[in-house]
Amino acid sequence: MTVQSVLSVAAILFSLGLYCVLTRKNAVSVLMGVELILNAANLNFVAFSSFTGTIGAPEVAGRVFAVMIIVLAAAEAAVALAIILAIFRRMGTVEVDNLNELRE
Amino acid sequence: MEGTHLNVGFLWLIPFFPLIGALVNGTVGWLLQERVGKWLNGVIANVAVWASFVTAAAGFLMLVGQEPERRMLIDHVYSWISVGGFEVAVSFTMDPLSAVMTLVVTGVGGLIHIYSVGYIAHDRSVWRYFSYLNLFSFAMLVLVLSSNLLLMFVGWEGVGLCSYLLIGFWFGDVEKAKAGMKAFVVNRIGDFGFLAGIMFLLWGMAGGWFSSGYQASESVLSFDFTTMAHTVQGLAGKQVLGISLATVICVSLFVGATGKSAQIPLYVWLPDAMAGPTPVSALIHAATMVTAGVYMIARLNYLYIMSPVAMSIVAGTGALTALFAATIGFTQRDIKKVLAYSTVSQLGFMFIGVGVGAFTAGIFHLMTHAFFKACLFLGSGSVIHAMSGEQDIFKMGGLRKKIPITFWTFLVATLAIAGFPPFAAFFSKDEILWKAFDTANPVIPWWPFAVWTLGAIAALGTAFYMFRLVYITFFGECRADEETRHHIHESPRTMTFALIVLALLSTVGGWIGIPHLFHLPNLFEHWLEPVFEHSAAQLQSRGAGAATEWGLMAFSVLLAFAGWLAAKQIYGGGRLDKAQAIVARIQGLYRWSYHKYFVDEFYHAVVVEPFLALTRALFWIDQHIVDRLVNLAGWVTTAFSNFDGAIDKYVVDGAVNIVGDTLIGAGRYLKKIQTGRLQDYLYVMVAGVLLVILLSRLLAGSA
Repeated sequence: MTVQSVLSVAAILFSLGLYCVLTRKNAVSVLMGVELILNAANLNFVAFSSFTGTIGAPEVAGRVFAVMIIVLAAAEAAVALAIILAIFRRMGTVEVDNLNELRE
Repeated sequence: MEGTHLNVGFLWLIPFFPLIGALVNGTVGWLLQERVGKWLNGVIANVAVWASFVTAAAGFLMLVGQEPERRMLIDHVYSWISVGGFEVAVSFTMDPLSAVMTLVVTGVGGLIHIYSVGYIAHDRSVWRYFSYLNLFSFAMLVLVLSSNLLLMFVGWEGVGLCSYLLIGFWFGDVEKAKAGMKAFVVNRIGDFGFLAGIMFLLWGMAGGWFSSGYQASESVLSFDFTTMAHTVQGLAGKQVLGISLATVICVSLFVGATGKSAQIPLYVWLPDAMAGPTPVSALIHAATMVTAGVYMIARLNYLYIMSPVAMSIVAGTGALTALFAATIGFTQRDIKKVLAYSTVSQLGFMFIGVGVGAFTAGIFHLMTHAFFKACLFLGSGSVIHAMSGEQDIFKMGGLRKKIPITFWTFLVATLAIAGFPPFAAFFSKDEILWKAFDTANPVIPWWPFAVWTLGAIAALGTAFYMFRLVYITFFGECRADEETRHHIHESPRTMTFALIVLALLSTVGGWIGIPHLFHLPNLFEHWLEPVFEHSAAQLQSRGAGAATEWGLMAFSVLLAFAGWLAAKQIYGGGRLDKAQAIVARIQGLYRWSYHKYFVDEFYHAVVVEPFLALTRALFWIDQHIVDRLVNLAGWVTTAFSNFDGAIDKYVVDGAVNIVGDTLIGAGRYLKKIQTGRLQDYLYVMVAGVLLVILLSRLLAGSA
């Protein structure tokens, strides 16, 4: 297994995530796309961590970053869901196309 | 100059006491008057002026204790002006001459202060009166004690101010306020002459015109009287427009003297000055201030002696004034006006004295005049007081029995002014006339005789108008109405006290200057000798001799008797019918004299009216030309600002608006980018990121 194959998987994952963020109408789906992008980045960190450094003494920084990002993603999901909930309560919808209050 | 004078430190106190009195009465006087009483204002003023008198007397005694050549006290207070070689100090000098003046000013002034306490007691603002009176004493003492000409000028102006304030003391009466203004304006004309004289003197002493142009002198310049006695010699030979510079200076200064001392042509203010309270007339307009001109000429005797022409002018003006004013005095009906013209006339005598070089006699007459004229004025004040404010002598009469003290003192002073021996003016006036007759005039040989003749006729006139006054006022039947007659009473003690002292001085005051003929010591001449001996040495006697002097003296006495007899003949027993018969025969002459030769009207027509016409013309020019020019300037400014405003509005503002409008227009289109839709922004962001990556790739590739 080479690093390229892992990076390819991560790239595909990132593209799917981006596509999801740009095209989904539902805010929760957008949030799920963001999760995909974060995990693509995570995959990259872990891959580079595994393939650099020597056997038995891998480069740890990448894994630390990965753990960090998972924690951050959890926190982000919590805050984002809370915001979405608040929006739903106020607007009665979570369709991002309808949330254009900042326009003019 | 060292060793010829004593430096002392107390002379400044002499003018200082009245200044303090004036300040106290001027600032808190009204409070004292209300809370404590009017007597306190009087006490403050009196204490101040008598303290001065005591200080002056101490200085006088110090002088007496010195050798005659060392009789000079100098008190240098501080250096006032020091510019290059020009030095003026605030310093006071007491020499025999200024000692006489100081004693007269503080002594007679003090008596008048005492008299004032009674006189002014019924007035509303006693504090103001005493404040002015003390301020006057201060200014007058600065005038007589100053060591130099500039400080003298300060005092000169100060007394003018106080004179104005006191003439207009009852300023609620427009006539009186006007009289004050008239005095001030006429004096201002004279002061212009005085100032011009000072400047000529400075100019003359500071350098001279040589072939190379004006050259400033190297030596230290000083207006000090003692220094100038030596430095004025440098003026000899200098000329301005062909006239000797000394003459120009002396005549300019004399113009100042004619203003202050009420001589032709500037005497017109003095009769009007009688609008002031009577003690003020006595103090300022008879005894002290009006003699300032005489004092100034006596002080600058060394300067005047250099110009026989100026001396002749002074003597001639004095003689003319003496006679002129006496003839006006013949017909006046206001008791104070008679005395005012009498004062003008007597001042004329003093100017004859200083004008013929008889400085001692002039100052002697100044002193005796201060005594008897103050007595006469205070007496007239007492009469007016008794008559409930009536000043017309034709409405008086028969006061002899009712106010005896006033009558007797008035009579003594009348005898004194008329020149009866042994009263004061007999000695002083006789000395003046004798010197006028005997002193040679190097310019016009017949001048002494002309001056003497005018003076002698004036002396005759003096006796006549004074006895006319006495007869009409004090003898015969009382012509006042019932109401006034009922109120006639003798004045309070403070007033009669001053009268008695002054009457006494009018009697004995002349005894200190007895002519040489009697072979008694002439104390007064001896006393003033150190001041005048240098000038006196330059005069020549015409050599008339002792026999002539005896003759003239007898003639003077004869004149006095003649004047008295003429008055007795016409007005004896206080009768007016004879006088009216005579007046009817010389109606024309009477009118000229009664209307003061129409001099006021003449001045009004020749000076005042043209001046007013000039001001009207200037006003017209102001309105029609200057104002138009100003308006034109305003119009031009307005037009220009309108133009400028248009540029601002259409060019500058336009540019600013264009920028603003452009931005607003751009915003109108650009705001459409802001759709508010989240995913549009994300598209842009992703596109941007891709662009950055692409660019960095390309740039990395090219590098």
